Amino acid sequence: MQLLSYLSTEELRERLARGELSMRVGPYVYKIQSNLPFIAEGIATLYADFKLAEPAEFVDYNIAMRQSGILQRLRGEARFLFDERSPFDTIPSGQAYAFLEWGMNWCVSLHSNEYLKLHAAAVASGDAAIIMPGVPGAGKSTLCAALGLSGWRILSDEHAMIPLKTTEIVPLCRPVSLKNESIDVIKSFSSNAIFGPVSEETHKGVVMHMKADLQPDSHDTKTLSVRAMVFPRYARGEPQQLSPRRRTDSFILAAYHSFNYSLLCENGFEAMKTLVQNVDCYDLVYYDLDLAVHTVNELPGLKIS
Amino acid sequence: MSFLLQRVMLNPQQCLDLDNIQLNQLLSQARSSKLLASLAFELENAGVRSHLDQSVDRHLQSAVLIHEKQKRDLAYDSEKIKLALDSIGEKLVLLKGAAYLLAELPMGKGRLITDIDIIVPQHRIDDSENALNKSGWKSGNVNAYDNRYYRKWGHEIPPLTNERRDTTLDVHHNILPPTVGPKVDAGLLFQNLIEIKSGVFTLSWQDMVIHSATHLFHEGEFHHGLRDLWDLDRMLRDFPRRIPRFWEELVSRAGELELQSSLFHGLNYAQQVFGTPIPDGIIDKIGNRSMSLRKPIMDFLFLRAFRPEDPRCKLPYTSFALYLLYVRSHYLRMPLYLLIPHLARKAWIRQLSTGKNSSEARGNDAI
Repeated sequence: MQLLSYLSTEELRERLARGELSMRVGPYVYKIQSNLPFIAEGIATLYADFKLAEPAEFVDYNIAMRQSGILQRLRGEARFLFDERSPFDTIPSGQAYAFLEWGMNWCVSLHSNEYLKLHAAAVASGDAAIIMPGVPGAGKSTLCAALGLSGWRILSDEHAMIPLKTTEIVPLCRPVSLKNESIDVIKSFSSNAIFGPVSEETHKGVVMHMKADLQPDSHDTKTLSVRAMVFPRYARGEPQQLSPRRRTDSFILAAYHSFNYSLLCENGFEAMKTLVQNVDCYDLVYYDLDLAVHTVNELPGLKIS
Repeated sequence: MSFLLQRVMLNPQQCLDLDNIQLNQLLSQARSSKLLASLAFELENAGVRSHLDQSVDRHLQSAVLIHEKQKRDLAYDSEKIKLALDSIGEKLVLLKGAAYLLAELPMGKGRLITDIDIIVPQHRIDDSENALNKSGWKSGNVNAYDNRYYRKWGHEIPPLTNERRDTTLDVHHNILPPTVGPKVDAGLLFQNLIEIKSGVFTLSWQDMVIHSATHLFHEGEFHHGLRDLWDLDRMLRDFPRRIPRFWEELVSRAGELELQSSLFHGLNYAQQVFGTPIPDGIIDKIGNRSMSLRKPIMDFLFLRAFRPEDPRCKLPYTSFALYLLYVRSHYLRMPLYLLIPHLARKAWIRQLSTGKNSSEARGNDAI
């Protein structure tokens, strides 16, 4: 199967313009259409090592980031489309790359319900995975990027997908979204980070995405075993520490961070129960990334080789 | 002229002959037409679903789960609304999707809803609003102009949102705004209510058909057009089995409510798009000469509206037809002396609002 980097810049741009770029992302196939040049550039940088899907394969999500009509061109606006329909407002085309990535998240958040989905970053070492749920701003993406740059395999910075009544996780590796100061934090953490286009003045501020598939097995689709759930919280001026968290509290917080816990009803409850009963839960308060990465490396029963 | 979703909804076995590209097209058409869960039920009924590949079926299952969640939420919310209306001695009468779901009707199978629609007699609208306010259903962010507009010219009050559950409730006192040509005597609608469970009512079967058709043919936007037509088709296949003189009563009822024209279109397009079995002569009885004369133009417009938004199945001149239908809906909805200032104001507001707010201005066109 071909990798996306096999396509020349010109071929990639043409395929995108014709809406014929299909690629495999975790268990899904996305088909993307776009006539914006920096969308092609961003995809070329961040998705170079993703597998292209065969033309005859079933497509899960048909999406587009398109500038159409004279008015949109004059105003410098673009639109995200899903099944040829736009679920959101038009956006300034300078923010289109970030919105494409968010749109790709949105497809999974809203339209996939075969797994219990937690709003969480997830990383793995060998067969052992850690889930890191957190509200926006808790620093889960930053920590996820730092772990990825320190030898961990990034499974997702957004969706932890748990097959029902298992303690497993399905990898869904995509670029990590970094905002504002966390961009510089990661740049100074490692010079190996590869970034896509910058989107300024979005509702979340300045946004850049970091290439996340840094390991040889980044695109394996095999499920991995969840060993721990860590709730990170970025806080300056508080003592940095890892402390065990009660399972009952962890259940409630994880359910709160789930996209489809209540939608799955009893199955959601059973799935969450199975997960929380079988993995150790921790709170991690941090502001120094090196220390945070070291702490995660040292998690009991999970030593990274 | 036919399109994939239409063919498979009517003949689910066809699904087994589709390749991956066609399956993708089918699901995409169904999802953007808000018919994905309905499609899942049709395929399930025909015993086809279990033959589909897991990677395809998971999308159907996801839509079914969303539908089931909405049904659970509706059961809870409708109990709360019933209690609120009980406190002022008013019955809960559900309309549209909420009625189809709770009454377990065929068009409720897989039906997705966005809000709960209810109707109360016009003279009880203030009391009802107060009672609902007290139980947590509050008016959202409606600007003064829209608020005045709703209350003076609308057939419903501004939508109420539940503070804790975030569900939306539309409280109607009629099925058409008072500014529209036919003045529907809403009192008639309360005559033949059907009690679907203790204290919860729907319109009579005939009124349900007429309301569905009326709603559809006074709409300005057709994002749910195909889905609404599917509702109509399922009703018209089911209701005649429930009541012996269904068709005759339907014709005379449309006359009483002065809504023949909407019903005429409704039956016409249900038959043209979904092959709804309608006894000979019924459509002629409802229509008149002017409706028949206008039919070719209406066919041109509506047969374009009742298609998925898939570029691969779009007919020529679709955007033009949709634009004319949008203009038509406004023209139907209000006399020109109201319409022109209203549209001018809307255009002005839209001009003022930048990208971020533009959908808000557009969303308000719903009224």
